[in-house]
Amino acid sequence: MFIAASIAILVVMGLALIRAILGPTVYDRILAANMFGTKTVLLIAVLGFLNGRPDFLDIALVYALINFISTVAVLRFFEYTAQDTDKEKT
Amino acid sequence: MQEIVHILSWILLVTGGFLGITGGVGILRFPDFYTRLHAAGVTDTLCAGFILIGLMLQAGLSLVTVKLMFVLLFLTFTSPTATHALAKAALHGKLKPRFAAAPGSTDKAVKKRTKTRKSRGTTSDKKGARPSQT
Repeated sequence: MFIAASIAILVVMGLALIRAILGPTVYDRILAANMFGTKTVLLIAVLGFLNGRPDFLDIALVYALINFISTVAVLRFFEYTAQDTDKEKT
Repeated sequence: MQEIVHILSWILLVTGGFLGITGGVGILRFPDFYTRLHAAGVTDTLCAGFILIGLMLQAGLSLVTVKLMFVLLFLTFTSPTATHALAKAALHGKLKPRFAAAPGSTDKAVKKRTKTRKSRGTTSDKKGARPSQT
């Protein structure tokens, strides 16, 4: 049961990674990276149960926070750089 | 009783995995950034919720359940926020939807909108059906 869930999560992570490599725009890549991080949190939780030692949940918690903060930070960076290039063009 | 909880958590885990694969296929095959955002954003929250609730049923009443609840709480807060921030940044970065109102499209509402925009005197047709930024 846990093996099925972890395989499904790994498949999703592979699909998100393909989109992150293919992605035409930078936003596609950020979206795929965000999804990859969320699925990593789930994978850590499920793998803890699979090993019978669910002590890794603290790592999953910290990973969820860091994933969100990194997504927002990268988005801020690209938002403002895009604005600046627009100002330079005009 | 134990068996019922076991079967219930099995169903929840499999449903979560299915939703996750749906989102993965959606993020890979949809034609446009905004549709991909829809696929990823909708399935992400529900997939995480189902899988974490399934794990909670497996763990029973212990500290592990509390940690799983915190993970679920963080994910339910941060995942829609990240999706919203992505959509806002993409709109800010002048990324157009792929099937936004092209100048020769046959949609009546779009035609009406472009007509009123032309009569108003603004020449920028290219902005299409994008909602105005407030």
